Amino acid sequence: MARQFMKGNDAIVVGALAAGCRAYYGYPITPASEIAHAAALHFPALGGVFIQAESEVAAMNMVYGTAGMGVRTMTASSSPGFSLKQEGLSYAAGAELPCVVVNIVRGGPGLGNIAPEQGDYFQITKGGGHGNYRLIALAPNGAQEMCDLTMHAFELADKYRNPACIMADGITGQMMEVVEIPKALPKTWDHTSWCVDGTPGTAGNLVSSIILEPLELEAHNLKLEAKYEQIRNHEVMFEKYAVDDADLVVVAYGVVSRIVYSTVDQARAEGLKVGLLRPITVWPFPSAVITSLCATAKAFLAVELSTGQMVEDVRLAVEGRKPVHFYGRCGGVVPGGDELLAEYRRVLGGGSR
Amino acid sequence: MKTYEKSGGFFPVFERKTGPAKDATHYCPGCGHGNVHKMIAEALEEFGLLGRSVFVSPVGCSVFGYYYFNCGNFQAAHGRAPAVATAVKRTNPDSIVISYQGDGDLAAIGTAETIHTANRGENICVFFVNNAIYGMTGGQMAPTTMIGQRSTTTPQGRIETVHGNPIRMAEMLATLPAPTYIERVAIGDSKHIMKARKAIRKAIRIQAEGKGYSFVEIVSACPTGWKMDPVHAREWLLEDMLKVFPLGVFKDESDSREEDSWLRRYDAYDPAVVDEYLDRLKSTLGDAEPVALAEDLHCKFAGFGGQGILTLGLLLSQIGMRAGQHVSWFPAYGPEMRGGTANCSVNVCGSRIGTPLVETPNVLVVMNQPSLDAFEKEVVDGGVIIIDTTIVEGRPDDKRLRPVLIPATAIADEVGTAKIANVVVLGALVAATGCFPRAFCEDTLRAAIKKRSLVDMNIDAFGRGYEFVKNAR
Repeated sequence: MARQFMKGNDAIVVGALAAGCRAYYGYPITPASEIAHAAALHFPALGGVFIQAESEVAAMNMVYGTAGMGVRTMTASSSPGFSLKQEGLSYAAGAELPCVVVNIVRGGPGLGNIAPEQGDYFQITKGGGHGNYRLIALAPNGAQEMCDLTMHAFELADKYRNPACIMADGITGQMMEVVEIPKALPKTWDHTSWCVDGTPGTAGNLVSSIILEPLELEAHNLKLEAKYEQIRNHEVMFEKYAVDDADLVVVAYGVVSRIVYSTVDQARAEGLKVGLLRPITVWPFPSAVITSLCATAKAFLAVELSTGQMVEDVRLAVEGRKPVHFYGRCGGVVPGGDELLAEYRRVLGGGSR
Repeated sequence: MKTYEKSGGFFPVFERKTGPAKDATHYCPGCGHGNVHKMIAEALEEFGLLGRSVFVSPVGCSVFGYYYFNCGNFQAAHGRAPAVATAVKRTNPDSIVISYQGDGDLAAIGTAETIHTANRGENICVFFVNNAIYGMTGGQMAPTTMIGQRSTTTPQGRIETVHGNPIRMAEMLATLPAPTYIERVAIGDSKHIMKARKAIRKAIRIQAEGKGYSFVEIVSACPTGWKMDPVHAREWLLEDMLKVFPLGVFKDESDSREEDSWLRRYDAYDPAVVDEYLDRLKSTLGDAEPVALAEDLHCKFAGFGGQGILTLGLLLSQIGMRAGQHVSWFPAYGPEMRGGTANCSVNVCGSRIGTPLVETPNVLVVMNQPSLDAFEKEVVDGGVIIIDTTIVEGRPDDKRLRPVLIPATAIADEVGTAKIANVVVLGALVAATGCFPRAFCEDTLRAAIKKRSLVDMNIDAFGRGYEFVKNAR
């Protein structure tokens, strides 16, 4: 069995290579730099492109260039760098270019710190750049998923001609776990109908996001929205652990879901019927399953490394049917299991914090 | 009579253009863009490059370059055309890539992209139309606006001490070693136009020959932005602008560079090649039969940087992986890692691992005093605490915990180097927890240690740590 003990950040590059990604453009930033280190090693060795760009902005626009050629490409950064990529993401979404952008989220706002956080949820799921667009956003919670969901992100990006984002955190990026190395995907994609790749066959094509006529731009926006509706209907991913009979459904993604997972059995051992619902796609958000759980759950608890971002999506899905609680730590503070257990007791017991 | 036809480098009809008049450009009378477009289109057609050409339009008046050029077209974000062009060229070195930019795009918002694309010597052509004004957005000051020149954002004229000076991009870029060819030309009269045409054709040839980066700055008129009629605009260009933007070749190494010397390799995706490559990344520990784990390990390893704390965690992780167990390793990362203390969390479990952070370890390894102070209280009751007594003076609560006191650094010194104290500790950990059989661990170490010359020393260190604990019982 081909497996290796590797960092989540390295697993992203393995997944990208196996998905047929041929060009990596990046800029150094902690705690995402290992992705660039691995890309610098592997992409040129495989005849692909690696460029350490002059800025995050340039890196993202290089992605725009290769993506516009119908070739799989990516960049990776961490929060402050991801902010700088918003311009390019908006253009790529507008021009309908498939690409993958990784954000190993760290503490903010501003320069913040390099510790794990999930404070970029709004930026990633609600559209950080200008205009009506969405990012497909996947939130791995371990090294194997860093690899597998990166591959999936490339597939989704191609399928819908839209940028896809891997939203991870400093812990998931830095920790090492056993990863099964995947088989490289067969090359099933062909974008010659729209891409511009410097060959006569595509010389009549145009990669652009400028549409001057209001009615035409409105039609383009509606076409994008119809695509996003397809994604909402078909691409939601989530994991359930002990939720079907749970009184308290804890909603958590990324590394927080790992911490919650560790507490579920402990909580049940002391008679608290707790379960975990883990969004794997944070956009599209698994709203329908949360809505359906309103029939059995007494309450919901969103746990995040933020001051309360995903909890808004939980509330939108619950629509007031049940209480929605929030517990968050941020700035790089990660909640301990005991802390969460205390919160479950408080919520289920109706006590105050 | 000779009839001049529109170049095949242009679309016969400008279907992408909005509104009527699909046979005329959107440019104003007297504007230089039309001339420059024509020179590029003619060259691409005559050199037989249209089919593999990619024209990258910027933001600015030439944002609609794709209305006209009969080749592949990209529209780029403001200032980013060189980044897009870089990627296109790298992803298809056979393509002919043109980054066409105005002064605001190239010399203001895209300055970084401009400089670094030149500095990498990207094998592309940058055509820079310098007309000393932002035309498309309504005649604002450009980075190349002349001192005293009025614009909508310098209503009193550009003032050096307020707005800075017009920036000379050709001269700046010519200080870089990588560019092959840098020239400034002008279009104002037929003599200048002929020279500009020659420069543009030369730049395209350099790219086609794989000789590297070319930059042609074209000083050009904007009668509308300058609020002049085309005749006066032309006079002002030739008489005033050229004093600030002198014409000439600032760099030309096209004769001394080899053909294709600035082309980069690119191979299209081949899954078989990737599979073969990824196979080399797999673990070299070899497949062992799964080995049962006596009890789940939730370990914290802590000490100074340089003691091999992280490596200790990795070695235990590899033993766990080879045994077919679930394993996670997480380092304290960042500045604290470089500041002298190091710690990592390792889980080795029979089933799926929840949190990778070990909050309440059942095994704690302490290799400096601060770590004992910091982490002893976190250890679960009855947990193992391994202390390197060569370095750590304090002793843990032996009623609550199971201390393993081992002079690991002293033992390592006997083996040959204090650096190997971490492996002595690993031997002690295996003996104290009984997690995996000794022989299995030693086999794994033999496979895991890359430097063959160090294998025996590591096995020796591991064995001594193991024996120390066994004999102490």
